[in-house]
Amino acid sequence: MSTRRRLRPALGFLLIVAILLVGWEAAKLLAGDPWRFPDYGFYWDPPLRWKPVNDLNLPHLWTIFGAFWELDAKGETYLSSLIGAAFFTARESALGFALGTGVGLGLAIVLIHVKVLERGLVPLLVASQTVPIIAIAPVVVVGLRAGWFGVAIVATYLTFFPVTIAAIRGMRSADPRAFELMRSYAAGRRTVLRKLRLPASPPYLFTAFKIAATASVVGAIVGEFPAGIRDGLGGALLQAMQYYSFSPQDLWAAIAACAALGIVAFLLVVTAERIALRGYRPTEDGARA
Amino acid sequence: MRLPRRLVAVGAAIMLVAVGCSSAPAALTPIKLQLQWFPQAQFAGYFAAVDQGYYKAEGLDVTILPGGVDIVPATVVAGGNAEFGISWVPKALAARESGADIQFIGQVFQRSGTLQISWKDSGITKPEDWRGKKVGTWGFGNEAELYAAMQKVGMDPTNASDVTIVSQDFTMTAFLNGEIDAAQAMIYNEYAQVLEAKNPDTGSLYTADALDVISMESAGTAMLQDGIFASQAYLKDHEDVAVKFLRASFKGWMFCRDNAAKCVDSVLAADAKLPKGHQTWQLNEISGLIWPSPNGIGMMDGAAFARTVQVALDGKILTQAPDADAWTNSYAEKALKDLAGDAKGESWTKATVTLTEGGQ
Repeated sequence: MSTRRRLRPALGFLLIVAILLVGWEAAKLLAGDPWRFPDYGFYWDPPLRWKPVNDLNLPHLWTIFGAFWELDAKGETYLSSLIGAAFFTARESALGFALGTGVGLGLAIVLIHVKVLERGLVPLLVASQTVPIIAIAPVVVVGLRAGWFGVAIVATYLTFFPVTIAAIRGMRSADPRAFELMRSYAAGRRTVLRKLRLPASPPYLFTAFKIAATASVVGAIVGEFPAGIRDGLGGALLQAMQYYSFSPQDLWAAIAACAALGIVAFLLVVTAERIALRGYRPTEDGARA
Repeated sequence: MRLPRRLVAVGAAIMLVAVGCSSAPAALTPIKLQLQWFPQAQFAGYFAAVDQGYYKAEGLDVTILPGGVDIVPATVVAGGNAEFGISWVPKALAARESGADIQFIGQVFQRSGTLQISWKDSGITKPEDWRGKKVGTWGFGNEAELYAAMQKVGMDPTNASDVTIVSQDFTMTAFLNGEIDAAQAMIYNEYAQVLEAKNPDTGSLYTADALDVISMESAGTAMLQDGIFASQAYLKDHEDVAVKFLRASFKGWMFCRDNAAKCVDSVLAADAKLPKGHQTWQLNEISGLIWPSPNGIGMMDGAAFARTVQVALDGKILTQAPDADAWTNSYAEKALKDLAGDAKGESWTKATVTLTEGGQ
């Protein structure tokens, strides 16, 4: 892939972000609170007033950006404490992702071989995913009393499902004629799994991994709420929420940090996919006739 | 929670080495104090007592455990994971009613810090004025004082034609957005948060004269708040430890009353997340809830306790009045007997703390 082709999606992304940011400030220019820059003698009174875009509910972008450089009681910038928190949460979500993909893949292999289980268990799995994570988290985190490991379990819970579903589909995706061929060789289940099903599933798996990566970050952040863990991004969010009335920009900055962690997790999977699937041919190993 | 325990172990090891080197006569008794919330000036006296060495002087090595959303100090203490705890009286009594073995031994806060604040233009200056207005409360037991104040003036908080009760989150955002007429606020926290916020129409901070304040103390339905408790099972064999702990804690609070700036530094060093200006304001207001203590700091006022129980019963926080073992002044009395200095603080007056944007 040429550099230019690789850069194009990044440019598109930046363009969209820029449009959103301009729209944000445009709304404030039109219907926000008065703009004040006494140092430059600038004052602007927007013609309309609309509560959702006032300074409390939607702070100026530069105020949010400025929040990163605010010093806390210990003289540390908010940015560096957010980065520390992001690493803490990243550890939880990385473990959650690893456990979740392991469990998800294992479950898929079992389900694909035991039809009865698939019929019986899949509806249960679906049901498990419709229970809000905010309801599950206290049970796991407080029940296990395991600190950040409990939080990783919450991330696991959010992670395994897309992997299971995608893996089942992926392992069935090989050419039916290939299955027939294997049968004609009287290949055992294990051989079919190793030579046919698993080689056919990576494209499906990586799609699921992308969902799982962001889900594990969400799981880790939400899991921190009931755990009372203050070291991660979930703790930073709670902290900022508590003082929203007089420092709304802190919450927005914390949200930006959460989004950044999610994007990093996603990009890591994309990069892994690029490397792993370089020159991938499902036809090799007989996946397609 | 492996890390803190390990830290404690390392701390204890260092302490042992230090003690060994200085050839001190006796090892310190390790003690844990469970707070009810994150470190802030609300608990300044205990942080100061650590920093000033008051606990050590009594032979105690005190570790302060921060509270959090899911931490119920009464449960922690009853479960033996901390020797002493800090809690609002009604909350700990509710835990006691459901079986937690705890007894209040030092009622540090003599007054309630709960307010109901409103903008001047709403014209709410007394409880009667809440009629027909949107009145916010945090719920979870925090509504009891407010409801009692409403009932006292013949208003039914459950009747929407009398008053609209709005469930308030733990920020003042809804109040600042004008969505509620009267918001619940602690004098040492949320009230300050309003004064640290910018009025978009003027570009400067909101000022106290833009607000009307009704305190639960003035409404006559105040409940007792921060008090020190321990389990009776522990107290039975450790009376001397309890007396020493109370004495050093009281000294800490007296230090904070007389040395506010140094005390705030102790709070900030204890990983308080809010900045200095906010903590300075908070300590000043907290001192106002403690001082004067007419019978000496930490002494429970029986009448205030009875009123607390009555409001808690009316608000269904408790189903029956607690027995006589719910509190005792005997440890505080012993602690006060050998306490040098002014333990009543009758001459103390509130300082004027000017808040800045964001509480810096």
